[in-house]
Amino acid sequence: MKLYCLSGHPTLPCNVLKFKSTTIMLDCGLDMTSTLNFLPLPLVQSPRLSNLPGWALKDGNTFLDKELKECSGHVFVDSVPEFCLPETELIDLSTVDVILISNYHCMMALPYITEHTGFTGTVYATEPTVQIGRLLMEELVNFIERVPKAQSASLWKNKEVQRLLPAPLKDAVEVSTWRRCYTTQEVNSALSKIQLVGYSQKIELFGAVQVTPLSSGYALGSSNWIIQSHYEKVSYVSGSSLLTTHPQPMDQASLKNSDVLILTGLTQIPTANPDGMVGEFCSNLALTVRNGGNVLVPCYPSGVIYDLLECLYQYIDSAGLSNIPFYFISPVANSSLEFAQIFAEWLCHNKQTKVYLPEPPFPHAELIQTNKLKHYPSIHGDFSNDFKQPCVVFTGHPSLRFGDVVHFMELWGKSSLNTVIFTEPDFSYLDALAPYQPLAMKCIYCPIDTRLNFIQVSKLLKEVQPLNVVCPEQYTQPPPAQSHRMDLMIDCQPPAMSYRRAEVLALPFKRRYEKIEIMPELADSLVPLEIKPGISLATVSAVLHTKDNKHVLQAPPRPSQPQASKKRKRVSDDIPDCKLLKPLLSGSIPVDQFVQTLEKHGFSDVKVEDTAKGHIVLLQEAETLIQIEEDSTHIICDNDEMLRVRLRDLVLKFLQKF
Amino acid sequence: MDIECSRLLPSVCAVLVDPKQFVADDTCLEKLLDWFKTVTESESSLLVLQENPCLIELLFHVLKLQDVSSNILSFTLRLAGIFAAHENSFQYLQQGEVLLSLFSEAGPLSRPAWEDPSVRSGWIQGVGSMVQHERAVQFLCDCGAIDVIFSLQGDPSLFVASAASQLLVHILGFTMHSQRAMPLSIQDCDWPLCARMIVGHIEESLCSGTVPQITQALNVLTTLFGRCHDSWTEVLWMRMNPLVGSLLEKEPLMAAHSLVDLFLSMARSPVFSHLECDLWTSSRQALNRLSPTQAGPLALGILNLKDCPQTLRTQALSILLQPLACVLRAASQPAGFPGLLDESVNDSVITDILLSSKSSCAGLLCQTLAHLEELQPLSHLLVDWPHVPLLSAVMTVLQFCSGLATPASSVGDRLCGILIGCFRVQRSALDFLGTLSQGASPSTLVRQVVEILLVYLKSPDSSPTVLKKAFQATLKWLLSLSKTSTSSDLCPQTQHFLRDLFPILQKRLCSPCWEVRDSALEFLTHLTKHWGGRAGFRQALLSSEVPELAEDLLRDPESYVRASAVTAMGQLSSRGLCSNPIGTESKNDEKKSLFLELLEILSTDSEGFPRRAVIQVFTEWLREGHTDVSKDKEQFVTKVLQVVSCDLDWEVRVQGLELALVFLVQTLGQHGTECPYAVEMSSLTQSTLLTESLQILCRVKLFEFIFSALCDCDRPVARKSCDILLYLKAQLSHHGSLQGSGEACTASLGTQSTAWLETTLRKWRARDQGQPSGVADRVDCQEPDDVLEVLRSVDLEGLRGTLAKSSDHIEKSPQSLLQDMLATVGILEENEADCY
Repeated sequence: MKLYCLSGHPTLPCNVLKFKSTTIMLDCGLDMTSTLNFLPLPLVQSPRLSNLPGWALKDGNTFLDKELKECSGHVFVDSVPEFCLPETELIDLSTVDVILISNYHCMMALPYITEHTGFTGTVYATEPTVQIGRLLMEELVNFIERVPKAQSASLWKNKEVQRLLPAPLKDAVEVSTWRRCYTTQEVNSALSKIQLVGYSQKIELFGAVQVTPLSSGYALGSSNWIIQSHYEKVSYVSGSSLLTTHPQPMDQASLKNSDVLILTGLTQIPTANPDGMVGEFCSNLALTVRNGGNVLVPCYPSGVIYDLLECLYQYIDSAGLSNIPFYFISPVANSSLEFAQIFAEWLCHNKQTKVYLPEPPFPHAELIQTNKLKHYPSIHGDFSNDFKQPCVVFTGHPSLRFGDVVHFMELWGKSSLNTVIFTEPDFSYLDALAPYQPLAMKCIYCPIDTRLNFIQVSKLLKEVQPLNVVCPEQYTQPPPAQSHRMDLMIDCQPPAMSYRRAEVLALPFKRRYEKIEIMPELADSLVPLEIKPGISLATVSAVLHTKDNKHVLQAPPRPSQPQASKKRKRVSDDIPDCKLLKPLLSGSIPVDQFVQTLEKHGFSDVKVEDTAKGHIVLLQEAETLIQIEEDSTHIICDNDEMLRVRLRDLVLKFLQKF
Repeated sequence: MDIECSRLLPSVCAVLVDPKQFVADDTCLEKLLDWFKTVTESESSLLVLQENPCLIELLFHVLKLQDVSSNILSFTLRLAGIFAAHENSFQYLQQGEVLLSLFSEAGPLSRPAWEDPSVRSGWIQGVGSMVQHERAVQFLCDCGAIDVIFSLQGDPSLFVASAASQLLVHILGFTMHSQRAMPLSIQDCDWPLCARMIVGHIEESLCSGTVPQITQALNVLTTLFGRCHDSWTEVLWMRMNPLVGSLLEKEPLMAAHSLVDLFLSMARSPVFSHLECDLWTSSRQALNRLSPTQAGPLALGILNLKDCPQTLRTQALSILLQPLACVLRAASQPAGFPGLLDESVNDSVITDILLSSKSSCAGLLCQTLAHLEELQPLSHLLVDWPHVPLLSAVMTVLQFCSGLATPASSVGDRLCGILIGCFRVQRSALDFLGTLSQGASPSTLVRQVVEILLVYLKSPDSSPTVLKKAFQATLKWLLSLSKTSTSSDLCPQTQHFLRDLFPILQKRLCSPCWEVRDSALEFLTHLTKHWGGRAGFRQALLSSEVPELAEDLLRDPESYVRASAVTAMGQLSSRGLCSNPIGTESKNDEKKSLFLELLEILSTDSEGFPRRAVIQVFTEWLREGHTDVSKDKEQFVTKVLQVVSCDLDWEVRVQGLELALVFLVQTLGQHGTECPYAVEMSSLTQSTLLTESLQILCRVKLFEFIFSALCDCDRPVARKSCDILLYLKAQLSHHGSLQGSGEACTASLGTQSTAWLETTLRKWRARDQGQPSGVADRVDCQEPDDVLEVLRSVDLEGLRGTLAKSSDHIEKSPQSLLQDMLATVGILEENEADCY
């Protein structure tokens, strides 16, 4: 069993598991941090961005000044943003049989895989994952396509050139594989390959393995996966949460007894407690708005935003913010808010029960009804008519490189009254802000990541007790910035096996058993013999048939009926072995009774010695030893075959035959 | 016993023994026993028994009955004990062998009712009451009761077991006390028989090797040495010392907690407090043998003692310091910084405990920090109290808890993992840190304290309870900083601290968690109270948004927060730190003045806490002469009293009366009656001034409020009102204003009840309402004469007496108790009849 690791990002995994005869891709996350190296795509012409100076080499060479621009000491690529794809060279991706998706954040690279690698298999995901994943992809495509950029930079990617660039461009990995965003058509085609599954649904793959999604508690429809055969079980844990937020709680019990547990998608900010961060978010929001400032929250159109809106729903009255408008701007804002309300069966218990009242599970419905929350597809159109300040704007993209957020950064960045609050943990907020420097607006970093932290992982591992744990290498050592925090790493026994991008791991896993079925007629013919209460044995002679990873014992072909007297001889020649079959023996020899029997049969000088493994019965006169052990009996006599046979028959009397 | 009770008693006794009747209320039996106790103490118990044969009959009857209920059996045992406490009654009861049947081994022990713990408890209490004379002790020894008590020490009911141990102490103490004339030796033969039995039992238990028995024996000794300080206890200890000593040597150590209790109980007894006592040797041995968690309470107890050997104190202190020393060592400290303890002290046991699990680590640290916090006030008595290293250690603990510490060893690494985010330890450490603000600390460390406090105040991960403690500790440190500063204003360090603090306070006042908003407001209130006058503080506060945020919280959805906001705003306004001074309408009319806003809370808030807070603030404003209130005090008081009089919460009304009292004192005192140096005024002038004062009080309708309060159905309100009126009456009598003008007045002098007062008040109100509202120059219906009339008429002293009594004082007589018991049974009978 092997694990091919195609992504180096611990929360955006892409691994391929070869298990039995199947090739299973576990998630296909898209690392979008590469976009931080690019200039933002403004919705409205930005003089500031278009007038940035071109970058020149130390020696004054300006051949890159069209591609690279300098802003506050940082260098950015002036081109359509590109993404870092999972490794495509490590394994032939056309051989992948299925792709299992854990949550909507971990499927963003799907079109690259399904559309460009010769992939012909099936993708499995839950319905909310697909629907919200579609929204995220559509938003991404929309953000990038609506501001077409004529220029496409590629010179800088040349290895020789890249060497000369300043950090972080110099250190960017695999730049040659970076790709532009996919198209709507590719998204549709990729999503058409998805087959919907429900929690705990068992899906057979070629008869060899069974895969099952389990609730992971992180997002709507998010799942962990169990991949198991009859005797082996691999658990794939990706993006799970034990906190009580909106999704169904995590199913931990089903992860028990795994041979291997692949652990990815832990919290990216292990030192920040989500509750504390929500508190920070609310306080800073209130303080800004009180002073007449605006608040900008760069976010994804789904996920934590639901919880934030719920918190604000409870908070705004106490903080006297009832008159402040909240705007949610995204091409998919409306669908996202509505989808959240219709996936009732994927929600936590509290929210599910609301549906029966009947009430909308999320209170953002009420915010919309009372006009406190308004949503728009973009800043153009209705929004510009309704726009009132001070206000709170939720909009994407959290990387600050594309989407409506770019406009608000340009608009509000100059005033210290305004605040940008980062809640999404995927991007370093300092890097995200770099092309907007110098910036007067306040920046608050309250990353809200509800995924498992290391304390929770340690409890989880104690609970489910997997034999082996496999995880990204980042989890096996403390974060580089806090090297003394030994609590910020996975601590388990045996130590977790770690992987990094482009590595192939042989999983420590021995397959010992295989399930074989017996055909009914063959089973009928068996004559079991009870050798112990509750245990019966029977000998089987059969033909082993293997097809589609299923093994079946079938009755051996019957010897054909003698057709003519001439051929009778040949028939008897055909099955000569049958006669040689010796009965199988079972049982144990009670030494005392055996000695008595020997004495009855005239052996008078019997002595018994106990050995470590059993007994030795000594017939002194006959100079014979009978060694009785748990699984063997030896009669050692000096060439006296008659005696040996006599003794053998006495031994056999105590054993069962079948 | 009065005749009426004697008459009722036979019927009550009959009810008690009648299995068909059921005394539903257990408290009746308790009250009955209390009454018998009082009766037997005040008159001859023998006479009571003889004159009320029903009592003896009751005892006999209960003995005869097989299916008597357990509460009646328990009652009987206790009743018999109360009578047997007196020697002559004891003999009288002995004659009929009642006592033998009740208390010997052949008594109720064999009955099924004995299974009920209340019966066993009753038996113990009966025996306990009885042991007041030697005959009783002799009787107990003879009838085998002592053995029963021994066995009850291990009773499954903890109450019974504990009572049995206390009974043994009582019997032993009594026996030895009665033998006081004879000097005792350590030898057995000198001791009275009963004492020998008990001491023998204790010795046997101590040698038994089983934990429950050893614990029982140690508990008896602990109680004994705690209660009895006679010289014989020292002789007893001489016998016990070797046995206890051998317990200390056993592996594993048994009954550790009981040993600690024993040593502490002995150490507090004057018999053992001399410095040569061998108790100290045993204590020293115990400190060595006990685990750090067990030794903590003993060490604390020792350090709290007035007199004990210095070496022992040093050892005890080092026990308490060890866990913190271990923490300090686990973190890298600047070279040359003195540690808490010698490097040579072996702390492997402590380290093991700290690293074994999160709960044991937190348990030990919290206990240690709590003990040291308790000791801090005594630190000036402890010569070796290491203030500076302790401060440094507690900061290290806080750094570990917040992930800021840089571990210097593998122990540190583990501790870091265990302590991060541990709220329990954070709370204890912050408490102790606050306490340490009392000592003198070097400025470098103070800077570090300020830093760590800011970290905790700032951290989004601080839980509300941790944050509250952080605020409390910050307040203590801030106040201690201002104490050390020589100038009248705040030192630069404090000013710097405040500059960092106010943005945090602003954020905390906006927290979505109400507990956080509440503690931030409390902190603000306290800080303003102490520093409201300091320019540095005023400047920092006014340049922040804190006053506005606090004002907004007057409308918080959570009532506790509203209450705290009211107090905070009251304090800010008193110090002139409010953005919107009271009494004056704000620049824009939309915004109400603070007074009106608070008045609105007082009249409309649905919760009691904010209303109580408002009236307290108003009282405070009036008392300290808040400038804006002083502008028109009468109007202020009128408005407030008008609102308070309608309040449903009695606490608000009581506080309203306090405000009325303040106003009353101020108004009467205004005219210089109290000042000894004032120019003596003529009596005519005085009386004019007094009349003027009364007129002012009438104008604000103070009397109507106080008189209504006197009729209030909530007793505290009526009492307070009564006290105020008595004070006023005394003031007026002093000036002779209360003397009546006619015969009619003297006739009703001090005789009227509250019912009369209510009628009078109704008349006043009717008169008030009858007045045409349009009359411009309206004359108040309450004239000073009316008030004086009321003061003369109502029996205030009598009323005060009545109000001081508890509400059931009328129904408390023994006669009513007996009647009640009969009455409830009667009702039961009626119900029974209804069933047919």
